[in-house]
Amino acid sequence: MTTTAVTSGGVVIQPASFRHGIHPDEHKERTEHLEVERLPFVSSYILPLSQHLGAPCRAVVTAGQSVTRGQMIAEPGGFVSPTLHSPVAGRVANVGSHRHPNGSMVQAIEIKADPFDDQTIHGPAGSTLKDWYDLSTDDFIARVQQSGLVGMGGAAFPTHVKYKLPDGKRCERLVINGCECEPYLTCDHRLMVEQPDAVVQGACMVATKLNADQVVIGVELNKLDAIVALEEACDRYRDQATQAGRPIAFDLAVMPLKVKYPQGAEKMLIKALFGEEVPAGKLPLDLNIVVNNVGSMAAISDYFLRSQPVIERLLTVSGSGVIRPANLLVPIGTPVREVLQHCGLRTDTRQVIMGGPMMGQPLASLDVPVLKGTSGLLAFTEREVVHSSEYACVRCGRCLEACGNFLNPSRLARLARVGRLDELNGVHIMDCVECGACTFTCPSGIPIVHLIRAAKSAIRARQAKERRNETKK
Amino acid sequence: MLTTLTAVGIMMGLGLFFGIGLAVAHRFLHVEEDPRLDLVEENLPGSNCGACGEAGCRAFAESLVSGINAPSKCTVSDPDTIESIAAFLGVDAGAQEKQVARLYCAGGISQARQIAEYEGYASCRAAHLVGGGGKGCAWGCLGLADCMTACTFDAIHMNHDRLPVVHVDKCTACGDCVDACPRDLFECLPVSHKLIVQCRAPLEGDAARAVCQVTCDACGRCAQDAAPGLITMRNNLPVVDYAAGGPALPEATFRCPTGAIQWVEHGQFEHEDLPVALTGVHIE
Repeated sequence: MTTTAVTSGGVVIQPASFRHGIHPDEHKERTEHLEVERLPFVSSYILPLSQHLGAPCRAVVTAGQSVTRGQMIAEPGGFVSPTLHSPVAGRVANVGSHRHPNGSMVQAIEIKADPFDDQTIHGPAGSTLKDWYDLSTDDFIARVQQSGLVGMGGAAFPTHVKYKLPDGKRCERLVINGCECEPYLTCDHRLMVEQPDAVVQGACMVATKLNADQVVIGVELNKLDAIVALEEACDRYRDQATQAGRPIAFDLAVMPLKVKYPQGAEKMLIKALFGEEVPAGKLPLDLNIVVNNVGSMAAISDYFLRSQPVIERLLTVSGSGVIRPANLLVPIGTPVREVLQHCGLRTDTRQVIMGGPMMGQPLASLDVPVLKGTSGLLAFTEREVVHSSEYACVRCGRCLEACGNFLNPSRLARLARVGRLDELNGVHIMDCVECGACTFTCPSGIPIVHLIRAAKSAIRARQAKERRNETKK
Repeated sequence: MLTTLTAVGIMMGLGLFFGIGLAVAHRFLHVEEDPRLDLVEENLPGSNCGACGEAGCRAFAESLVSGINAPSKCTVSDPDTIESIAAFLGVDAGAQEKQVARLYCAGGISQARQIAEYEGYASCRAAHLVGGGGKGCAWGCLGLADCMTACTFDAIHMNHDRLPVVHVDKCTACGDCVDACPRDLFECLPVSHKLIVQCRAPLEGDAARAVCQVTCDACGRCAQDAAPGLITMRNNLPVVDYAAGGPALPEATFRCPTGAIQWVEHGQFEHEDLPVALTGVHIE
């Protein structure tokens, strides 16, 4: 099945993968060798209270108040909700409605930066955090919630929720996702090359606290330098831990994977790493697996060792619409316009996508902020924008061969177009992860994944209405 | 020859066996059904729209015969049919005021600001998922006619401004458009409710006018001009409470600077003189 073999530590490894999937052009060459640079501070920051899945945060600051960099400005609005910190020292200008990248208007805190501040991070007291090893698991989870961490891969699900294991479940295997299978994006790649120790450190912290048996870092073969860097970091960590008198009690490995999209989807990644399938409608936790992104692991290490909450993140700015593409370290809440202008936004840009080109969110306005889950900003000129005209389905079956979840995208799209929601539930529409491989591969230009997303939204709206009617009764 | 005869014999035997089975079932497993049920159902429109709250016309007929619902609950049938059903069943027809779907937005393409171009599958719900569809107002009508597609009665048509116009006589208030709209802009209201706030944007002042000429900018004049208690400002929008306040009169709309609140005699957006801003607000 596999054609390439790599040598790792003298052992020949056959790169693994999942079945189906696609091979889009990578377009990573423009940024994969560029070192991460820090975006200079801008004058104002917008921090939506809802940048994640789950309950929105509750603001704890009011307009006019001074804040320091790293200060908590909003508290969790429930268990499935993280904390929000100020990315900059300055003054709260306004707490009100602001445009969200998804097009809705949401409550957000606007902060004007203080140009005379030295921008020192005032995180939680560092000395207590350094003793992470002695924390109980519950304390650890609470601290992760306080760090404001959400899944940095793009889905932005609050990370601490994944660690709160329900009764009867155990985190036997911790999977660290370093696939970065989306074209154009290279920020995870650069993170793994430049800060492999932070990634490994964070992963080992989580594994220790969750009492895992095994930690696997899955990285695609187009990032060989990252694989090497991570393996060296693993060796260093093993030695350090042994010298510190608390050797690691789990198996720690880096696993090279064949390059394929959507390998970064957690179900695909589990299939690629272990050959096991997460059943339809179930979660990785049902196989006693927890999956985290490499960025989240580095953020955990930053929080516990350097007392830095999630106030900035790495993202890739690329596409033909920017003159100087870059991997940038950007404070959360920076307006997209500022980031793009820093990279030389061309005036003939036709489309800007937040995230990767396959699953990202096209933006209607550049006056929206970078969120915790923003992994990239892609500006495209007319040349790269797809204007597809739609033709009838020719039953070629390419979408079926692309779908990593083994759904029938063509059938889903046909039913979605006519709004047959009950039948869609029967053909597992809710198992679709919206990776877009079907649309990519369709020779007739049918917007399959868009139809599926619209139908899923209609199903959710109907369920919400049914729940409302139930409560009325 | 013998083979043919055997085959024919077996088939006849089987036919006879099942025929007897059916006859026995018909005789002993017979369910007594009210004979009025079929007659009532025949007189119902058969559109299965669900406006009465039942699963379809047959279910509604059952509820009529058993006396759970009054015939007037059917919003599709004309008054004569309802009367005849009521007379046939010997019940009171009941009173039901005609309802009609009203749109809480007047921001068509000539009034509302467009901040981006949406290109893709032409459906409001699909556009809503892509950065909000490119409309400046996050609450306004996207104009891609999901409601028109959903309407069983051909009662909704898009006008030149890409706003859905509801044909009042054809609308049965079945609620399909209410469900179809991804921005919840439709509501079925009694025709006697003539003060309609054609805006759902909870913005005020300049922030509101920056996105749409005919938005409600929360000035509160309508609340002052209406009978005390009739209109209250809630979340930067006027809320008309017909039960609480005095009589609703067109005077409440006279000082509205944007034309967001309208006195609707019949249908919305029926006249060419669409609500136009009086204050000279213009869009860059």
